[in-house]
Amino acid sequence: MASTKRQQPLLYMEEYRVKQDPQDYGLADDVFTIDSFKENLQISIVKNDEEGLEFDLIGVYPAIANAFRRLMLSDVPSMAIEKVYIYNNTSIIQDEVLAHRMGLLPLRADPRLFAYRTEESTEAGTEQDTLEYELKVKCTRRRDAGKDQSNFDDIYKNHKVYSGHLKWLPKGKQAQIYSESAVNCIHDDILIAQLRPGHELDLRLVAVKGLGRDHAKFSPVATATYRLLPQITLNREVSGKDAYLLQSCFSPGVIGIDENETAYVKDARYDTCSRNVYRYPQLNEAVTLARVRDHYIFSIESVGALKPDVIFLEAVKVLKKKCRAFIDEIESE
Amino acid sequence: MGALAELAGDEKNGEGSRTFVFTNEGHTLGNALKTIIARYPEVDFCGYTIPHPTEQKLHFRIQSHRDRAIDILKRGLEDLEGLCDHTIVTFEKEMSNFNAVKVENT
Repeated sequence: MASTKRQQPLLYMEEYRVKQDPQDYGLADDVFTIDSFKENLQISIVKNDEEGLEFDLIGVYPAIANAFRRLMLSDVPSMAIEKVYIYNNTSIIQDEVLAHRMGLLPLRADPRLFAYRTEESTEAGTEQDTLEYELKVKCTRRRDAGKDQSNFDDIYKNHKVYSGHLKWLPKGKQAQIYSESAVNCIHDDILIAQLRPGHELDLRLVAVKGLGRDHAKFSPVATATYRLLPQITLNREVSGKDAYLLQSCFSPGVIGIDENETAYVKDARYDTCSRNVYRYPQLNEAVTLARVRDHYIFSIESVGALKPDVIFLEAVKVLKKKCRAFIDEIESE
Repeated sequence: MGALAELAGDEKNGEGSRTFVFTNEGHTLGNALKTIIARYPEVDFCGYTIPHPTEQKLHFRIQSHRDRAIDILKRGLEDLEGLCDHTIVTFEKEMSNFNAVKVENT
């Protein structure tokens, strides 16, 4: 990235204020053309593992970056349990609380393979828009348990209801299209309820496709956030005891100390921008803290049904579809 | 029923000034579209508001001295669509590069 040196618009974080460059008009005077956007946009993937996706989106307006974030949170669909038919619930957890808990269980089913339910849809739904599960658990006393045993695991059977107890009931031809592991709950160790001998749960659960703006359970991401790239510059040499003090003012790994006990900026990227340096008069003027105003570090953590990179692409496609729908409407008039 | 309507009251002001009403849209589309359209040289004013938080309605105002407001709106939507296309292409390219490098290193 160092090879393509851009003019970086900076936001300076001073002790008592946030300041822009004097010649920086905050992108407001730019003329938008699609070609200039294509010229400025850069994306670089930084990390993509089980913990999530981190990538840099460089050279876009704040509203565009924010639109992508909002879309990922509330406009990318996912499947979640929407209706809970309770045939029997003799546990101490109330029906409505139990139903709410079931709704929040993350399902592995790929929402792209399903359709939304429409107003004409019947209560039962079809194989294209509905997944059904059942949860049948009854707690009993273990016959073989001795009188001296007090551990619940030893004396009760099924006294803890986990998401793994959920059983998928294929509708129509669903059994030929999907495998059980492709539609079941992502985690099978989520504790749903605790039972005692004689307590029983008998539920039928109906999952549908929905949007995060309707209910957070439909949101495909655990978190989707962005922040601006921090930039730290040292204005003078800081060495000796002050170097270690300076190091302690920033997040671990941000400030390095070389063999001459002189501080240098190792990696400003993961700084939390706490501005702790300004507490020390001897370091006050030694550093300039800034953030690059059009360099967004996105981090996306998926709930598990879709990969984070797929979620981002889906979000952009949703925005594109919205635009297309309105263009078509204008053209048809 | 369409999701796009026009607010009455601008008939006397020529074709350049209009307030459009988007149903079932919010800040996501409104602000993104506003930042693009406000940066067209021929646009004098562009802004949006959500008049009431419980009503799923977005009022989008465009004023121009030159072009028809509806044409500007259409161009804005087309530009935003093009922006999405380019973002998708760039992201997919970077993602496949990243995965290729990852495979090489393992």
